[in-house]
Amino acid sequence: MNGGGVTGTGNAPEVGRKGAGKRNWRALRDVTGGTPGNARRDVMPTVLGLEGSANKVGAGVVRDGAVLSNRRATYVTPPGHGFAPGPTGRHHRAVVLGLVRAALSEAGVEPRDLDGVAFTKGPGMGSPLAVVAAVARTLAQLWGRPLLAVNHCVGHIEMGRLLGSAPDPLVLYVSGGNTQVIAYSRRRYRILGETLDVAVGNCIDRLARLLQIPNAPSPGYNVEQLAKRGRRLIPLPYVVKGLDVSFSGLLSHLQAVTPKLLESGEATPEDLCFSLQETAFAMLAEVTERALALTRARHLLLVGGVACNHRLQEMLQTMCKARGAELCPVDDRYCIDNGAMIAQAGWEMLRVGQVTELSQSGITQRYRTDEVEVTWRD
Amino acid sequence: MAATQAEAGGERSVMAGPAGPAMGDVGPVGPAVGEPGAAGPAVDGSDGAAGAAMVAEEPPAPPPLPGLRLVQQGAEAHVYRGLFLGRAAVAKLRVPKRYRHPALEERLSRRRMAQEARSLLRCRRAGIPAPAVYFVDYVTNSIFLEDIVDSITVQDHIYSVQKSGNDTSGLHKLAEKMGELLARMHDEDIIHGDLTTANLLLRPPTEKLDLVLIDFGLSFISGLPEDKGVDLYVLEKAFISTHPDTETMFQALLKAYAATSKKSAPVIKKLDEVRLRGRKRSMIG
Repeated sequence: MNGGGVTGTGNAPEVGRKGAGKRNWRALRDVTGGTPGNARRDVMPTVLGLEGSANKVGAGVVRDGAVLSNRRATYVTPPGHGFAPGPTGRHHRAVVLGLVRAALSEAGVEPRDLDGVAFTKGPGMGSPLAVVAAVARTLAQLWGRPLLAVNHCVGHIEMGRLLGSAPDPLVLYVSGGNTQVIAYSRRRYRILGETLDVAVGNCIDRLARLLQIPNAPSPGYNVEQLAKRGRRLIPLPYVVKGLDVSFSGLLSHLQAVTPKLLESGEATPEDLCFSLQETAFAMLAEVTERALALTRARHLLLVGGVACNHRLQEMLQTMCKARGAELCPVDDRYCIDNGAMIAQAGWEMLRVGQVTELSQSGITQRYRTDEVEVTWRD
Repeated sequence: MAATQAEAGGERSVMAGPAGPAMGDVGPVGPAVGEPGAAGPAVDGSDGAAGAAMVAEEPPAPPPLPGLRLVQQGAEAHVYRGLFLGRAAVAKLRVPKRYRHPALEERLSRRRMAQEARSLLRCRRAGIPAPAVYFVDYVTNSIFLEDIVDSITVQDHIYSVQKSGNDTSGLHKLAEKMGELLARMHDEDIIHGDLTTANLLLRPPTEKLDLVLIDFGLSFISGLPEDKGVDLYVLEKAFISTHPDTETMFQALLKAYAATSKKSAPVIKKLDEVRLRGRKRSMIG
């Protein structure tokens, strides 16, 4: 096992409604029939969410907008290495049951208190997705609860909407596998702009690999710290096409020049990290600004693993302020992949009865944000 | 690919178009910024639909020439309207993006201003309808263009046709016109870079479907089918996201494009390829 560590991410401040007590699942379906004492509890569905689309595996419990628990483990590889599907899946298999147990006990709920089991259907890496989906299917059948197959990206958006308190924001979703500018319109999260090739987080991770920067706690975090000490801005390809961006040229350029620049002393690793961030994030801020102008949205929601980056937050903050828009606050605990966000999206789906039959619960590596019919929003 | 285009040449400013003898009443070129309050007599009279779209929280930058009226704070530039040497003009002032590193900002805004002027000239030389360039000012980072008076964007036109509930066959014709225009532009190796329905104007009266291309800030010159395919892809996505009920319009546009352009076959083939690109990466994360 390759240095995987289990980390509790702590409780959300909203915690308080613990211990729903014994309850019959059938009561939820027949809300009107409940006794007065039970009625309130009966409209408070509790959902367990399981996430495992990449190198994080997580379990979280959500009840009516309150995060009761959110546990996570990360598969960390040695410097210079990425994570491959097979070993990542094996890592998740080894820790996922422990995370579920910890999430339930931290939330103070028993399996019988749950109203649904949500899991990530995709997009993501096959092996880790399959491991977590198998656990979700098993638990759902064991406990007689409905399954809720969640699109990973929609999970990020729903969690952001819950925390950001903006009902209809423009969304910038940036992570190791995705880079999308998203706006909601008529029951779909529509992708206005996206990367045409590699994701921004992947670009950062691969510079980290090139520079042999440690992968703990995350390559992106370490690149960000180095970038703070960068002085020289190295000219890098800046590619914006309408509302789309492209990072592949930037990445291959970096791969081509890095050894030479380091050897000749023209640039330090810090300068390279700095230059990558300044260039890539400016591209993101630019297309996001254009999307804000296009949609006339007043709020911007920033989600995904790269959302944790303070320089990106700062740039978007500056951009929003100049436009009279508002950047919703970013919460690191829920930007990094986690189970609670899957539970939250599952909770929305359960609310409108969008449950998943066992026969339809297969995983899919390619599952676009705009494929999901968002039946829970107007 | 188009990652790095040529930087702006050494010239500090470019005169172009039929603007006549230079700077009669303009005064010193750059620092004309000094009088923000002076409303000036030169403002043109039409207080039309302008002004409503402003959402600036920061105070708007002073106009590049006194007497100009701010009409829009776009994502790329502040747009002013007024007179330039007696002609109805639009001035686009590139306000530095403070989120960008100053060196990067400088590089981008120079390049984009130069590209905008260059592509507009190239369009006009080829008889493709685009505003005339009156003046390019690297000191204030502004570009003065012919004002297409009383025009509306294709975006607003589509909205109003859809809202009116009238038959949308006119839109079909419009789409064909757009396709023909873009085919001519691409045959001149001009890549627009930011094709949306908001970057195409309709001259009055709109029934004549007299189109004008604007906003060439992201444009560049290239003969590659790849770049032309991406250009069309950008427009297709803009159609899908801003006009969700107009799938047939883009089909009509493409058909007219293919019929008009002499080099359309490899471009359409590339477009099919490019369409799969966004999807490819919707995998991990």
